[in-house]
Amino acid sequence: MSTNVILEMRNITKTFPGVKALSDVSFSVEEGEIHALCGENGAGKSTLMKVLSGVYPYGTYDGEIYYNGQLKKFGSIKDTEEEGIIIIHQELALIPMLSIAENIFLGNEVAKGGVINWAEATRRTTELLAKVGLKENPSTLITNIGVGKQQLVEIAKALSKKVKLLILDEPTASLNESDSNALLDLLLEFKKQGLTSIIISHKLNEISRVADKITVLRDGATVETLDCHAEKISEARIIQGMVGRELSDRFPKRVSKVGETIFEVRNWTAYHPIHSDRKISNGINLNVKRGEVVGIAGLMGAGRTEFAMSVFGRSYGQKISGEVLINGKPADVSTVERAIKSGLAYVTEDRKQLGLVLINNVMHNNTLANHKGISRNFVIDEYTERKAANEYRDRLRIRTPSIYQDVVNLSGGNQQKVVLAKWLFANPDVLILDEPTRGIDVGAKYEIYSIVNDLVAAGKAVIFISSEMPELLGTCDRIYVMNEGAIVAEMPVAEASQENIMGAIMRSGEKV
Amino acid sequence: MNTPNEATQTAAPSLAVFLRQNMREYGILIALVVIMIFFQIITGGVLFRPVNLTNLVLQNSFVVIMALGMLLVIVAGHIDLSVGSIVAIIGAVAAVMMVNYKIDPWTTSLVCLILGGVIGAAQGYWIAYHHIPAFIVTLAGMLVFRGMTLWLLGGMNIGPFPAEFQKLSTGFLPDLVSLPELPLLGSLHSTSILLTLAIPALLVYLSWRSRKLNESHGIEVEPFAFFVTQNAVLVAVMVFLGYQLSTYKGFPNILVIMGVLIAFYTFVTTRTTIGRRIYALGGNEKATRLSGINTDRLSFYTFINMGVLAGFAGLIVAARLNSSTPKAGNGFELDVIAACFIGGASTTGGVGKITGAVVGAFIMGVLNNGMSIMGLGIDFQQMVKGLVLLAAVVFDLYNKQKS
Repeated sequence: MSTNVILEMRNITKTFPGVKALSDVSFSVEEGEIHALCGENGAGKSTLMKVLSGVYPYGTYDGEIYYNGQLKKFGSIKDTEEEGIIIIHQELALIPMLSIAENIFLGNEVAKGGVINWAEATRRTTELLAKVGLKENPSTLITNIGVGKQQLVEIAKALSKKVKLLILDEPTASLNESDSNALLDLLLEFKKQGLTSIIISHKLNEISRVADKITVLRDGATVETLDCHAEKISEARIIQGMVGRELSDRFPKRVSKVGETIFEVRNWTAYHPIHSDRKISNGINLNVKRGEVVGIAGLMGAGRTEFAMSVFGRSYGQKISGEVLINGKPADVSTVERAIKSGLAYVTEDRKQLGLVLINNVMHNNTLANHKGISRNFVIDEYTERKAANEYRDRLRIRTPSIYQDVVNLSGGNQQKVVLAKWLFANPDVLILDEPTRGIDVGAKYEIYSIVNDLVAAGKAVIFISSEMPELLGTCDRIYVMNEGAIVAEMPVAEASQENIMGAIMRSGEKV
Repeated sequence: MNTPNEATQTAAPSLAVFLRQNMREYGILIALVVIMIFFQIITGGVLFRPVNLTNLVLQNSFVVIMALGMLLVIVAGHIDLSVGSIVAIIGAVAAVMMVNYKIDPWTTSLVCLILGGVIGAAQGYWIAYHHIPAFIVTLAGMLVFRGMTLWLLGGMNIGPFPAEFQKLSTGFLPDLVSLPELPLLGSLHSTSILLTLAIPALLVYLSWRSRKLNESHGIEVEPFAFFVTQNAVLVAVMVFLGYQLSTYKGFPNILVIMGVLIAFYTFVTTRTTIGRRIYALGGNEKATRLSGINTDRLSFYTFINMGVLAGFAGLIVAARLNSSTPKAGNGFELDVIAACFIGGASTTGGVGKITGAVVGAFIMGVLNNGMSIMGLGIDFQQMVKGLVLLAAVVFDLYNKQKS
């Protein structure tokens, strides 16, 4: 491996009104390595990458960027892309109703005098797709392929721009295990061909697998850079750097005290909202007891979210049939309002689209699902509301300058806590948490597990949907395994293991 | 790391910081004042004359009243292009009822307000429950109701109306005691001068009480100097305008109705769950629905409300002209929508204030009035109004990017 330093960022300081996001951060990357950037939410990883990629142009930050030994003053993303620095953001920037080929060459069309040469574009797209190992027709619309494949299209797009330094922000956050593995293999393959990459990820097992070096940020400053070849870096070692203390256990301990059945779903069947002949939930039976955390495991697309949303006020699907019992009595959950009244809450996996009103402040989001609790005869009592919001801010440790801050300005983990706060304030008996720790850091995850523990300790029941199996194994009492819209296995956590769960999924697939 | 109540412990922001943060809100008010002073000078003092101020109120009342409803519609993420045509059809129905069928003005008004609500419901039904874009539905409504007006009136004007009905837009508050001619102050309308003194006093008391209450709850309040200045300016302006009106015929009836409506809608938008929900709906409909709020019904209600207010505006316009014409309300939708956007409402929904829309409406009104006094033709008036709308929105965007 060559030891040329391709990128060096020196003493970068970036301030936003009221906040110092980066303070004197230095960071260097050698040519041909995979360099991981770790840190808790709000540690400044994304900000640092935005400085690098020109999202924040030269002059809006202090410090210097050297690229290939030269001082660079990038004024825009276009400048950095010309130098071969390409960033792939966590939220994919693809246009759903355009084809793969159109997306890859968007803004960079294969054209002469404004007229696009489609034959050439298609040929090049086919070449690029082969490089990333994606077997799709270039004319397929983005909306018709899964998230994993979309991620590959993003990478193909980066390749089309003659990428030299690839930055991936949480590339596997929304991928299942096999797609994640494929993506990481691809990165290792590119590394062999000399591509340098910077990867931001919360999944430490993935980082340990691919990274040559790991730089840890905490509170906007560089903590350390670890060399994975010099010594074996354990996950615990990385976490220690991120949180500044040793995290002895990733899952807080809990003594389960399971009571009687509080929530039961019987024979639940629902169909796809558009393709009315496609079953999305197929005869699901499931129950949760007081004080119990029940997990639903499954691969991406197993139908867990669809099931949960169809139960929660028929928010998804059509021709829904089945029964919901709460405390042994049939409950009316036909609208969200009624579901909430019955004591149900659903914490969505998609906090930005479905969980929060981003342009409203923390307080308004906090109380949105329980206006009864802050008003009398439709008139809001602002002091009650304020008190509630401050209470939840302190209890869930939501890091925000004030409860009047718009949630759009909060980091992902803190946004997730606001969504949780909203539902806790609605005071449900049964909480369905859908991927509650997606895209948030280890520290915030720990806090969310602790909140779950507090809830069940108070006699509530939690249904925990997650794609991260260690998380389910670490937090649940019992696990259901779902595949293709049906429950294919149920096991107490003592008998569950990653192999068991995967085995159940595989076996159910074979039967069909 | 996070101390509890950290926000409440921070010192009150300095005056400069506070002004910068509230730039948009005060900017629009300052713009109104600047425009008024500009026309006062350029028209040689005509603008602030009691007669003209009275006219200004009468001419703009219906735009202000419709802007209240339009703001809710826009905040909810919709638009209503049909309000001008609703004004026309309601005016026509009122005329037919009162002139052709000799029905009394009170019954007529009540029927017309209900009819306005029905029209709003008819459009709101398609928008809220079938998710057809409001732009399309109300564009259709705009044509349909204009056509119905023409058909109902047979292309002619119908009038005049009973005197009682005309009072809606040309009447003034009764003069309770006739005051003697006072030195320096001249002859004053007693009820109006009383209100001129009482209303600002009440407002100052209310804002003082709310400030004290906030302080006692440890909530950050604006700097004291700012509080005093703000209230002093407000009182001075209100007393001046009220006094001017009192030296003429006193407060028009419609001014009082307008004031009550503005207060009511300000309360609804800032203090009630319905208002809060409309903002949430405009900000993110899906998240709001998943929070257990019936967003469809909420959209439906905003259109019924808009219909009633447009119907009311239709009555005012008819009373003012003392006849119903097929062209009544032509182009009003644009003035009303412009008022909301000048007042800071967001085109994508979720943002906007009643006070902003009212000030926006008065900016449009003063521009109309001032330019008419100057003798500028309708051609120039439209150009200027268009540019002001653009400038206000550009200013908004610029402000947002800076923060």
